[in-house]
Amino acid sequence: MELHSLLFLAFAAVALVAAVLMLLSRNPVHSVLFMLLTFVNVAAMFVLLQAEFIAAIQILVYSGAILVLFLFVVMLLAGGERPLPVLNQPLQARAAVIVGLVLVSELALVVLTSTVGGGQRGPDSPEHIAAVGGNIEALGRQLYTTWLLPFEIASVLLLVAAVGAIYLAKEDL
Amino acid sequence: MTPPLEWYLLFSAALFTIGLVGVLVRRHVLVIFMSVELMLNACNVALVAFGRHLDTLTGQNFVVFVVTVAAAEAAVGLGIILSLARHKDTVDVGEMDILKQ
Repeated sequence: MELHSLLFLAFAAVALVAAVLMLLSRNPVHSVLFMLLTFVNVAAMFVLLQAEFIAAIQILVYSGAILVLFLFVVMLLAGGERPLPVLNQPLQARAAVIVGLVLVSELALVVLTSTVGGGQRGPDSPEHIAAVGGNIEALGRQLYTTWLLPFEIASVLLLVAAVGAIYLAKEDL
Repeated sequence: MTPPLEWYLLFSAALFTIGLVGVLVRRHVLVIFMSVELMLNACNVALVAFGRHLDTLTGQNFVVFVVTVAAAEAAVGLGIILSLARHKDTVDVGEMDILKQ
């Protein structure tokens, strides 16, 4: 087996095991740290897919910003709480596992039996991206031309979210 | 060359299912919120893999917006969780039922 496939299997295995451990750990700080492991492995997978910019924002935004925010909130909430059972009521937990197994087998069935990704090829072949100057240059050109309006709306959304989060987190709401 | 598209889609499906089971199984409100982030991330893997397979950057553009919205959602969601946990002094979703009363 070639190197890329071996790397993919290693990253996928670590990411999935860390995600399961995230669910099973009692301490929420451990959950956040296992989540970090999953996100770093998914970022490595984006590098395998030649999406370098996505890998960078996966590390910067997800692992750097969002998970640190989670850690801060975990530590703010940690004081004086009763120990919480990890799982929900046994009946609901069992039903959830059954639903999960059904969903993953359905998805696997669809992926394995249908001819996925057999559509028409787009214009952004690896040669074209290399000619433009790399993944980040090609992505930036599209982001600031084709997707300019959504880009600006996303910036307004971030501003609104920041103001709203500060307002919600104030002590005397 | 890279592994086939199906491997990435199967990985994405498995990660999404773990996130879904996490939302349904856990009681800690923060872990439930983290599982939602995990599901968003699984969708990102599928988007980038399809884009790579079909030679288009649209999938990666979409992922940029998904990450932006996820960041906004995390900020607002954590603010809500923080004020709710201060109000009720619990992180158990079973006890967060002020809209019922």
